Amino acid sequence: MKMQRIPFYAMVLLLIVAGLVTAWLRHTTTEVPFLPGEQKPVWLVEARIDFMATGGQTTVRLDLPDDAPGFRLIREQAASPGYGFAVLDDNQNRRAEWTRRQVAGPQTLYYNAQYLPTGQNSATTDAEAPKVAEVFWDEPEATAARELLRGALSRSTTPASTARELIKLLSPNSPDQNAQLLLVAEPQRSQLLVKLLNQAGVAARTALGLYLEDARRRQSLTSMVELYTEEGWLLINATTGEQGVPENLLLWSRGENAQLDVIGGQNSRLSFSMIKQTVPAMALSQVQFQDNIFSMLGVYSLPIEEQSMFKLLFLLPLGALVVVFMRVIVGLRTAGTFMPILISLAFLQTSLVPGLISFILIVGFGLLLRNYLSYLNLLLVARIATLIVLVIFLISILSLLGYQMGLNAGITVTFFPMIIIAWTIERMSILWEEEGAHEVLIQGGGSLLVAVIAYLLMSLTVVNHLSFNFPELNLIILALILMMGQYTGYKLSELRRFRSMEQFD
Amino acid sequence: MFISPFKLRRLGMLGMNCRNRDFIGRYNDRRLYPLVDNKLETKLLAQEYQVATPQLRFVVKEQHEISQIEKSLDKLSGFAIKPAKGSGGKGIWVIIKRDGADFIKSSGAKITLEDIRRHMSNTLAGLYSLGGVSDEVIVEDLIEFDDCFDGFSFEGVPDIRVVVFRGFPVMAMLRLATHASDGKANLHQGAVGVGLDLATGRCLNAVQFGKPVYQHPDTKRSLKEIRVPDWRGLLCLASRCYDMTGLGYIGADLVLDANRGPELLELNARPGLAIQVANGFGLLPRLRHIEKLKEKHYRTAEARVDYVMQEFAAKTLL
Repeated sequence: MKMQRIPFYAMVLLLIVAGLVTAWLRHTTTEVPFLPGEQKPVWLVEARIDFMATGGQTTVRLDLPDDAPGFRLIREQAASPGYGFAVLDDNQNRRAEWTRRQVAGPQTLYYNAQYLPTGQNSATTDAEAPKVAEVFWDEPEATAARELLRGALSRSTTPASTARELIKLLSPNSPDQNAQLLLVAEPQRSQLLVKLLNQAGVAARTALGLYLEDARRRQSLTSMVELYTEEGWLLINATTGEQGVPENLLLWSRGENAQLDVIGGQNSRLSFSMIKQTVPAMALSQVQFQDNIFSMLGVYSLPIEEQSMFKLLFLLPLGALVVVFMRVIVGLRTAGTFMPILISLAFLQTSLVPGLISFILIVGFGLLLRNYLSYLNLLLVARIATLIVLVIFLISILSLLGYQMGLNAGITVTFFPMIIIAWTIERMSILWEEEGAHEVLIQGGGSLLVAVIAYLLMSLTVVNHLSFNFPELNLIILALILMMGQYTGYKLSELRRFRSMEQFD
Repeated sequence: MFISPFKLRRLGMLGMNCRNRDFIGRYNDRRLYPLVDNKLETKLLAQEYQVATPQLRFVVKEQHEISQIEKSLDKLSGFAIKPAKGSGGKGIWVIIKRDGADFIKSSGAKITLEDIRRHMSNTLAGLYSLGGVSDEVIVEDLIEFDDCFDGFSFEGVPDIRVVVFRGFPVMAMLRLATHASDGKANLHQGAVGVGLDLATGRCLNAVQFGKPVYQHPDTKRSLKEIRVPDWRGLLCLASRCYDMTGLGYIGADLVLDANRGPELLELNARPGLAIQVANGFGLLPRLRHIEKLKEKHYRTAEARVDYVMQEFAAKTLL
């Protein structure tokens, strides 16, 4: 016996672990939340392009973020009536392109995208180290740059520290005359820094970032500097010297490409507005991970009609668990083993109180009719067939009455499985004749009690959410059922049934 | 209100879960169930194994046979009509004598041949069978009750339930009908359960509705005087039911016939647990004890009965 138990408990353990691990994997890879109603913040960023069309063919290209560190693109769309729109993806450089054959006058184009902050902010690396761009200066800037670099390089060891020293020297209140000279020649601080870094043999480029602040309008991109270090590209704010990508910075474009390109227009202007939204984590997960293996194994890929069927189906194991618990551990007597689950499933459709009332009414009337049938001495099959027909009539009458009285619950009664009800009435009636009304009340009450408990559990939103989105959790229920199947201890009801044994102790 | 599970364990009480899993599930092969669920099969088997049982007169298997029933009944004055697959005593009619063309039931009611025909027809259709499957009608001889139980049973048949485990009788109980139980021998309906000493067949303890009683509630006869005659023969009969069916854990319902001695009434593959309350102690220690025994040492029913009469003798009597 001992030998049989070890594999059994190993199997139970395996089921529990498999259920938990699969659920956890599903949670981490597809971000399906464990709790229903979980909300996640999402940035809705809108780029607005204004320009004056000159009347001919117009093509507008806008650089789009390729892979913004710390953010994930959820959804993007363009609002631009009359324009053809496409997102082009060449060399991992995403661009939005609007095209129109003939247009004149002021134009406004919109592109908006939802970004989910991921909090994962690792440096991006290129496959091979980028080439250092060659730098040309006119005199006297060339001398000033050389001087400035000599000073900065003498105080630094790494590309990052070189950049830091340069930013210090270029700061607005710097006394360095070389810096002043260079700033006059190249007022774009980030451009200047890129040039100087390249001259120092450090690969660098400009990047444009968007600082995200809730409900801001008419924002523009901030020019930043990226330099290549051993760990990959490092973002530096050329004004403040801050290193790394700040949490609220969406890196819009990097590299030298012009961020906005308008052909056939003038006075183009790019501005951004943004808003922080909260969206259900559940919906977010479904949009993002449609192609994930777990999503494909989940039920979302099925048509809605089948999904709602599975929604009920995945609740059944919990009902079965309740029945096993109430019968094996508590020792409640029910009419028919799994009748209570069917009743509770029907309650899920009708909601509790109308369901209870109509169930009791139908079974009550059914018992009265069955009482009459027993005088007819019909053969059993005919008797149950008669009951089925009568139950259908009863349900129709109740539904019609309910409808006339304005109760919609009457109609949902049809969710009760007809044949099961007919059998229940038959069994209850035989029980009544053989064991008396008391036993009918005990078993009928037991069935209803189990059904109500199962219903209350199954109607919890958490339970609904978990059973539908993490069907593998049913493996744990299976393990629990298997374990209860091994229980040979006393039932709660036996502690009462055998209470008179007290005297023999 | 409740008894602690530790007390129940100390008393060795067998619970429902334990009975179903450790005994019925382990020792009763499902394929053998029809042998006990169908009284006709049990009876034919009993005849084959020479286990005493009320004499079978005839069997009705088809509806059309009912029209010729008169001829078969002609030879009998008193008889019992039973559904082969009935349970809990449902559908059993006991005819004690004739009154001209009519019949008198044990309750004194006068019935006609037509009533019997209708009853048989209902039975064949499965009115009394579990799940309503079609059934057969058994007609057998009446039991002439041994007068040793006079005054102990009211309006009904006293029977002896013996729980037989692997052929060893492990516990016995006499069930006495009362006015409260409406002539039925079911303990939960109010019959008196009398625990019997396995060594002597004498009364150990008696309960009604779970409470101890010392005299029959209707006849007021002291239960202490109960002593089942031919006790060893009765236990041997119960024990042989194991050889006959192969079911490891059964309840044998026996009666005492005045002329023929102990007879097997029916077998039950899922005997209830109330017998423990009647005896005042649990089955579990005895079952575990028997589990350890080697079957080949106790090949005959007599050897097994002698073993339990010695091993499980009660220390005190009521």
